[in-house]
Formats: sequence, C-alpha cells, structure tokens
Amino acid sequence: MPIVIFQSPDGSQRKLEAPAGSSLMRAAVAHDVAGIVAECGGNAACATCHVFVDESQAALVGPPNDVEDEMLDFTATPRRPTSRLSCQIELSDGLDGLVVHLPEEQV
Amino acid sequence: MTGVVVIGGGQAAFSVASTLRRTGYAGPVTILAGERHLPYQRPPLSKKFLADPGGTHVDLVPESYYRECDIDLRRGDEVVAVDPDGRTVTTRSGSRLGYDHLVFATGARNRGLPVPGHDLAGVHCLRSIDDAREIGAALGRARDVVVIGGGFIGLELAQAAVARGARVTVVELADRLLARALSPHLAGHLRAQHERTGVQILTGTTVLAIEGAGPDFSPVKGGGGVVGRGVERVVTDIGSLPADLVLYGVGAAPRDELARAAGLPVADGVLVDDHLRSIVDPSVSAVGDCARHPHPLAAGLVRLESAQNATDQGVLVGRRLAGRPGAYESLPWFFSDQGAIKLQIAGLRADGDEIRVVAGDRPDRWGAYAFRAGSLVAVETLNWPAEHLAARRLLERRVPVSPAELTDTTLTALARVASTPAVTP
Repeated sequence: MPIVIFQSPDGSQRKLEAPAGSSLMRAAVAHDVAGIVAECGGNAACATCHVFVDESQAALVGPPNDVEDEMLDFTATPRRPTSRLSCQIELSDGLDGLVVHLPEEQV
Repeated sequence: MTGVVVIGGGQAAFSVASTLRRTGYAGPVTILAGERHLPYQRPPLSKKFLADPGGTHVDLVPESYYRECDIDLRRGDEVVAVDPDGRTVTTRSGSRLGYDHLVFATGARNRGLPVPGHDLAGVHCLRSIDDAREIGAALGRARDVVVIGGGFIGLELAQAAVARGARVTVVELADRLLARALSPHLAGHLRAQHERTGVQILTGTTVLAIEGAGPDFSPVKGGGGVVGRGVERVVTDIGSLPADLVLYGVGAAPRDELARAAGLPVADGVLVDDHLRSIVDPSVSAVGDCARHPHPLAAGLVRLESAQNATDQGVLVGRRLAGRPGAYESLPWFFSDQGAIKLQIAGLRADGDEIRVVAGDRPDRWGAYAFRAGSLVAVETLNWPAEHLAARRLLERRVPVSPAELTDTTLTALARVASTPAVTP
C-alpha cells in the first residue's frame, strides 16, 4: 500500500498507509488527519479537502480536472500552483511516498 | 459516567461521535446503529454508486477508525424505547444502556406510494445501501423505467436509468420539477436538460395505479429470477405507461417516533432549540434529518435533509458536549448530480423572494439568485460549481449583495474581488 505524508502548517506531519484505488481524502479522513474537512464526502462539491502537492511531485500527481480547477478559486486558503482537492486524487502504487501540505484553513 | 449515546448510524451520528473525540471528550461514546453496515454516506447511493457499485466507496471511515477513536459502534440492534426520566435506552435485543446525554440522529424514512400496486415486485425506492444494490441490479435488465416523483432522488434515478440504456419517463404530480426545492425559472432549464438526454417528463400528472403480471426483475423480492408478479405498467390520469421497473421518490418523513413515544415534543421532527437541544430536556439533542430547529435564515422552524446539515449539526452538538457550545447557523447547501447535470443550491429561498435568472459563461450554465429585502439570500446554479462556491463564500461571510451589484457580472467575479486583500497605501 502506498505511503502518504500530510505536512501541517505548524510543522507536524502524519505519515500513513492507504490502499491504492482509494482517494487521498478518504485516507486522511480514515485516519482523522486534522486539516482535511471533506464536508461533501468526496463528491467535488465543497472544496474543503484542499491540499498543496509538494512541488517536487506535482508532475507525478498531475493537474486538477476542469470542475476541480474552478472550485480551487474559492478555497478558504488561496490556491497555489500545485493546489488540488484531495478527493480527486486517486492513490496508486506510483504515488507511494506522496507528500502534501495542508493549508491554514479549510472552511 | 455513562457518556454520550447516539441513536442512528448515518452521517449525523458519525459526525457527533467523531467530533466528540476530535474535541477531546473523554467519556464513553456509543453509536447505536439500526443497520448492520458500517456508517456510510447516502448522497452517492443515487449517483456514482448506481453506475459503479464496486468502485464507489461509501463507508464514512473504515472499521478500524472506531476502535482507534474508542467509539463503541453497535450495529444491527435497533433502539426500541427511550426513558428520559431514567436516562436509559432499550434495544430490540433487550440490552439497556444508561446515558448522560442522548442524541437522536435517527434520520428519515421514505414516504410510501399511496396507490394500488405499490407492493408489486419491480417497484423500488431508495434509502439504504441495500436498496441501492437492488436498484442497481434491476437497472441492468430494465428496458422501460417509470420514475414517480420529480424531486432530487427521482431525477438522479432517471439519469442513472438513461445511462444504462433504458427508456425513462418521470411522472410528477406538481406542475413542474422540484416544486418545493427549486425556483420555477431554474426548474424549467433543468427540465430541458433532462429532456435533451432522452428522459420524458410528465408534470401535472397523477399516478392512479401500478399494474403487473410481468416478469420480476427484482433479485431479492422475487427470489432471484424471472418469477412472481412483476410490474407491467403505470396507470396515470392521462394514460398508461409501459414499465418493467418503477422507481419512486416522493419525499421523506422524520423518524421521530421514538422521541414521541418517550414524551418528548415532536412536530414533523424532534423539536430542538438553536443549540439543537430538546426544548424540554437538556440531556437530549437531535441532529440531521430528524431535527426541527430555528435557523437565522428562516422565519419559522425548519427541518433540513442534506449531508451538509447532518454533518454540521453533528459537529455543533459534539462540540457543545465537549464544552464548546454555540448556536446553529451554518449556511445550508445542497447538491444533486443528475447524470452529467450538476444542480447546487446555497442558502434558503422562501416564497416571495425576488428571483433574478442569469445565463452563465456556457450554454448549459444558469444561476437563479433570490433576494429578500434587497439582499441576496440564496443561489441556485446549474452546472456552475464556481458560481455556487462563490455564493457560499459571500453568503457565509454575510457580504451584502444587492440586485444592482449583480448587473452584468457574476458572483464568481464579485467573490474574487472580495477575497483580494486590500492594498494599503
């Protein structure tokens, strides 16, 4: 199972194992990662599971889809070039070692 | 210490329990779920789950979460009685639990279809994951699907059926779709978009009966094959419609009977104050679909059926029980993915609001803006997620928006300006 790392703005980090095929958001919620709210439960409807993909891995993860891209304009913490909604990132073995940074605010 | 006992195993119940632990509540937390499944999300059941049941995760969290967070999740043993004086609940299996605080998160149940033939094989409604599995299996073999009820669920089911190649007719009693939930203007555009996918929509039409003797496509009720007396047609006041599968979604009623039997005040929902506490018993709260409560955006009491409401109310009660009380004033929002059609609502519209309709930046995009006393109170959007989110940001932050400000522009543009930091000279 891929390992993913959530890096908080305060410097703390959570490292967890999550099944391939599941979304990054689900992995965070399953392990109660503070900083991922996911109000809509993964339906790309709320923009409260915002993450910044580590710049070194941005190409690996890829860009947001069209709906996600529009929604990223209205996240609680302003978007950056590597912003994604974690509900739209499907984990795979290729993403083993993924590092994402959590924003200051989600709602 | 007997801790917090939550009755119900859905999104609201999960939200109460997870918030208690996240905010550091140290006492026992028990969820008494009537269903055998792990707590799951209902919104995807009528959407992604029907298209791809295997690939759609609906569990809110895995089982390990409850162990790790020390939440006692008891499944498949319904609560049958509540004693507010003795502060106990009794389950069907006969076990009795004490509580310091009790939370009703019992949800709602579907209203039945009051016509002859409603119990034929091949007539389904959707509430649980088991219902969704049955409907998904039946859709695989159905050719003529009649959907009774032109609300959120009915329209989602209609698109699920069209996607599986069925001929689909939606029959709605009112003179338009989503008569209670959506402004007439947007309902018209929504109807046109459904019709473009091939769905036939009959509004102002009354279902008189469901008749059948045809094959049974229901894998559970009929025992697994083409046997039994299955549905064959739906009879309406304007004629008969052929049908080998009938799906209905005609509204829901709160599951408030336990509270009522316990002597707690109920009126189409458990009556609670702005902190979501029972109006007579401070040891009892109610959250989600089963709660009727005040809201700053509504004149009277409201009962809201949405994932947002279930989640936010659970958070509010969880925080209060962990020592951080507050009044419930979350901005209501709704979403309904009907095939490729994305309908979203932010705020609460009321009869008498002034409605302005605006065309979006693509032909399939529309917004309807409701103004009350000259200020924006609700926004409905079709296929326009950015505008929905912009509306939520502005309404949540109580940024006043007048009809004049919305001339020749969108909330998307207004919200971008509002979120740009002021330049200090």
